[in-house]
Amino acid sequence: MLRFVLRRLLQMVGVVIVLSFLLFVWLRSLPGGTVSAILGERATPQTRAALTKALGLDQPIWVQYGSYAKRLLSGDFGVSTGVLPGTDALDIFLTRFPATLELSILAILLAVSAAIPLGYLAARRRATWFDNTSILVSLVGVAVPVFFLAFLLKYYFAIEHNWLPVSGRQSSGVDATRVTGFFVLDGIITQEWDAAWDAFKHLILPAIALATIPFAVIFRITRASVLDVMEEDFVRTARSKGLTQRVIRGRHILRNALLPVVTIIGLQVGGLFAGAVLTETVFNFGGVGETLATAFTLRDYSVLQVIILAAAITYVIVNLLVDIAYAIIDPRIRTR
Amino acid sequence: MRQFRKAAPVALLAVASLALGACAQSDRTDGGGSGSSGAAASGGTMTFGAAGAPKLFDPYYATDGETFRITRQMFEGLLTDKPGTAEVVPGLAAEMPTSDDGKVWTFKLRTGVKFTDGTDFNADAVCKNFTRMFDQNKAGESAAQYWTYTMGTFKSDAATSLYKGCEAVDPATVKISVNTTTSKFPVMLSLASFGMQSPTAMDKGDANNVKAQGDGFIFPPYAQAPVGTGPFKLEKYDEANKTVTLVRNDTYWGEKAKLDKLIFKIIPDESTRRQELQAGSIDGYDLPNPVDWKGLKDDGDQLLIRPAFNILYMGLNPEKNPKLKDLRVRQALDMAINREQMVKTQLPEGATAASQFMPDTVKGYNTNIKVTAYDPTKAKSLLKAAGASNMTLNFAYPTEVTRPYMPNPQKIFEALRANLEAVGIKVNVIAKPWNGGYLDGISPNGAFDAWIIGWTGDYDAADNFLGTFFTSPKNDFHTFSMPWGKTLSASLTAADAIVDQDQRDAAYEKIATQINDEYIPGLPLSSSPPALVVGPNVKGLVASPLTAEDFSTVTISK
Repeated sequence: MLRFVLRRLLQMVGVVIVLSFLLFVWLRSLPGGTVSAILGERATPQTRAALTKALGLDQPIWVQYGSYAKRLLSGDFGVSTGVLPGTDALDIFLTRFPATLELSILAILLAVSAAIPLGYLAARRRATWFDNTSILVSLVGVAVPVFFLAFLLKYYFAIEHNWLPVSGRQSSGVDATRVTGFFVLDGIITQEWDAAWDAFKHLILPAIALATIPFAVIFRITRASVLDVMEEDFVRTARSKGLTQRVIRGRHILRNALLPVVTIIGLQVGGLFAGAVLTETVFNFGGVGETLATAFTLRDYSVLQVIILAAAITYVIVNLLVDIAYAIIDPRIRTR
Repeated sequence: MRQFRKAAPVALLAVASLALGACAQSDRTDGGGSGSSGAAASGGTMTFGAAGAPKLFDPYYATDGETFRITRQMFEGLLTDKPGTAEVVPGLAAEMPTSDDGKVWTFKLRTGVKFTDGTDFNADAVCKNFTRMFDQNKAGESAAQYWTYTMGTFKSDAATSLYKGCEAVDPATVKISVNTTTSKFPVMLSLASFGMQSPTAMDKGDANNVKAQGDGFIFPPYAQAPVGTGPFKLEKYDEANKTVTLVRNDTYWGEKAKLDKLIFKIIPDESTRRQELQAGSIDGYDLPNPVDWKGLKDDGDQLLIRPAFNILYMGLNPEKNPKLKDLRVRQALDMAINREQMVKTQLPEGATAASQFMPDTVKGYNTNIKVTAYDPTKAKSLLKAAGASNMTLNFAYPTEVTRPYMPNPQKIFEALRANLEAVGIKVNVIAKPWNGGYLDGISPNGAFDAWIIGWTGDYDAADNFLGTFFTSPKNDFHTFSMPWGKTLSASLTAADAIVDQDQRDAAYEKIATQINDEYIPGLPLSSSPPALVVGPNVKGLVASPLTAEDFSTVTISK
């Protein structure tokens, strides 16, 4: 097991090196650039040339990559030119990452805790009204664009009824102490209960919006998988042995049916990041996803590089965790 | 008011926090921080929805409006703008500066003014500010775009700089000299970038220590906590929660701010800003979409329309499309455009069709020039006479952007395109992202025959418009490829150097006529007013054509 994990971590290093190069070249080959972003309408040939030179963007691309790689090895990810000029790109990422993590964790918890029981029940009551309704709901979950759903949620819960906040991470009037950057957690450990509760309320709507697609996907896989397993020989054998329904359902059906579900959860966690770009933007939730969008329009190369590399690393790690989870659920994999 | 309503989740959280132990403490101060003492009238807190995040807080290195909106509350220049207008009036100067030759300017300063760190504002402080701005290292020179844009060069290249020197005559009198006479000076001192900063704080914070690193600049810590004389001072920038909090400067020399606190909440998405206002969690926001204007007013909100201080124009590149070298072709394009119709259908209330390359709020605007009459028949015959009846035009517009002068680029483009096609011109549509090929396509080695873009003025001077467009040998209009390009540039430079305001205005009016009758380097289209909106409970905010709203006069009733 340990060797397996180590090998995968080594692979990750390879992925990061190759990706860092491709990313570097790709970003700089895009039309537009940092200089245009900074100067806008005010650009003149002289100021353009001067700024390009000052930023080192007039150097050949391999020279630029060389100095970037060298700095990267010493842990320097470069400084922002657009999002927050002069600030270390890694710091920008680290300031915003807790927001995305907080949101993603709640979203995936919501999705999983709703999708698995519902999927299981839908399978057991196949072709009843319950099953049909659940399928319809999950279809809608996949089909409705996030921004439209966000609009409906905001309109009903925030504007019409004022139960929940429209956007943001915390009300501006709340005087909160920052410790970890996870606002809810910060409120708890500093015992600023109102701040924690306020931050939690801000999480609910974006988490629901972000959870819809993973919910729909996990629900459908769970349902299909449970249906499959229910027909398996070992289930029939278990029944004929006279085991109780509880044991059959818990030990035999659910456990086996969860294998593909875990894979899908892993993939969905990776995909959450893509969803976060849109969700964070419409909910003004200052996380990594929203920063990615801003950095892209400003061509803030250092920030883009950090975020995309971090996303890739997260994806690899999540997949590794999925594989480990697999090994725990299915003993056959462990022995291989 | 904001208290939790449900005890159960809190109890759970409490258990969790006990498990985590007392590893962190609340920073809260007793009393909640709102000023309960002091004589100043307590005006509560205003939360304003800004469209973007500030970049840094030292205005000298800033280039964008979102940063300036905040620094304008914290800093004051020697000169400023009269609220609601673009007229330049004394700020920290006691009166408008005087000069005999237009090169040495004497400023009388206000007395009894202090920076928020207690440092005195006086002639020495002014000179230290100018010395600081002039004496930049290489990285600082690249970062200080507004100085480059107005003064040209720095101490490293002193001979070509507009700035010459600063002399403290007595504590309340300062002489600032420039190398050539220009209409830019002294009005440029009203720019937010040139706000006066505390010399003590700048020294302590090593304000000029900008460093180039990798492909960016690193600013000294001072840039996050600068010190000015303004009615507000910076309390904190909570980056994670996207809020900038300013508090009243209780030692302000003039009329103190009414508000205790001014919070800028950064909400880039326009519809989210509107929803926040509807929900009552912000008290106002910038740049409401013109399609929402009516709805906002119907909701009882106050729409404050800024007087237009911008110009939208259609640029032409005669080098790319030689047919454009013929004056008759350019005249034909000018007549083919139905400006009044475009303004009525595509632009917000308060927008006007343009007759020349500046809005009517600028000194030097020529009231005799009329908006070119829409005349497609004459346009067709001119095109025919020039042998360009079925000419092709590679015409570009930007996507993924709105600008104050151009709320919806695509719709404006479509209107223009329909006009051009109606006179027989074949239009090749080019759509490019703003910072994804569009801006690069406009630059002097650009790729388009024609495009739409505009300009928002920095200060009230014709040079800020006409000079920006046509003076440089390498300009976006490619005027130097035309026989009259050099003449136009020379006459603009000459007009800019005239010291007497009336004579200068007359010179610019003459140039505007020439541009309109003889040159037509591009087509001025319209000026359109950006707006801001505040809730019914907000009073005292005056919309500024320069988007330089002063929040110190605002009162708010809850």
